[in-house]
Amino acid sequence: MSELSAEVQGWIGQRRYEQQGEFDVERGYVFTTCASVENGNPLFWDDEAAAEITGGPIAPPTMISVWFRPHYWAPGRSEQAQPLQVHFDLKQALALPEAVMTDNTITFGEPVRPGDRLTTWQVLRSVSDPKTTKLGSGRFWVIDVEYQNQKGEWVGTESYTGFGYRRDA
Amino acid sequence: MSVRGLTLDQVQVGDKLPELAVEVTPTTVVLGALASRDWRPMHHDKDFAQERNGTRHIFVNTPHNAAYFERYISDWTGPYGRLGRIQFRMKDSVFPGDTMVFHGQVEKVETDPADCAWVELLLWLSVGEKVTTQCNARVAIPAHDGDNPWARRGEAWRP
Repeated sequence: MSELSAEVQGWIGQRRYEQQGEFDVERGYVFTTCASVENGNPLFWDDEAAAEITGGPIAPPTMISVWFRPHYWAPGRSEQAQPLQVHFDLKQALALPEAVMTDNTITFGEPVRPGDRLTTWQVLRSVSDPKTTKLGSGRFWVIDVEYQNQKGEWVGTESYTGFGYRRDA
Repeated sequence: MSVRGLTLDQVQVGDKLPELAVEVTPTTVVLGALASRDWRPMHHDKDFAQERNGTRHIFVNTPHNAAYFERYISDWTGPYGRLGRIQFRMKDSVFPGDTMVFHGQVEKVETDPADCAWVELLLWLSVGEKVTTQCNARVAIPAHDGDNPWARRGEAWRP
């Protein structure tokens, strides 16, 4: 079976598609998110509790990717990189038309706070040898999406395992 | 402020988290999609979901699912509980009319070399007999009264 191309091998470990969020982390979305799941944790609703426990208000950790979802419309916008662009690059480079995500793990660092402006980038960690599953034949890959705040502190990593494949004839 | 919560001495392997049942409506799904800035039509447009996704209705998106698990965990730990890591496996979708039931149990309890107390949880979301999402979470709780996992930084925080 074919070896990985030099292009794809070169992506492994490389920091790609770095971008800053379009807007500051803000409490309006924190309240809307907490309301959407009836999360009454005083860290998000009670300034006194937040001051005592987390040194001031924070955002729910699982909101980490929310701060990078683009506005539905913005003036002058044409096209932009898709979230998890490395995943789509791999599908194209390896000629694997179908893909599924099999696993999503988020690890949390420093708390994200209202007023933060986060930066993200993507790193391809690994690509497997060719595999055949019930879906078809292809390869597994692991992509990390890293997040840091404006002080350069690590706030989290999302790790995705994808399987790109071709349906068996 | 007198809100406390679980401390290490109150948790044992095998402990069950209280179940949480949620009736899902179209509003639930749309509220979660908009809160997570997910404008894709299968989370608000029933015709699109049926015709393009082949599903019976609009369905709960992944970040909303994650926010529910986060709430389920912190309802149990209290505000001093600090999420270190969460892992999802989505197996099936959740639709309006479904009753989601969250379940969980303690799989492991440990104190790391930095003296941080960790609880590892196995969590799952079911609709009827079907498990729609499986989740593993690693959450720090106070090792003792007066300890605060949120105060940990750098080498003292090893999620």
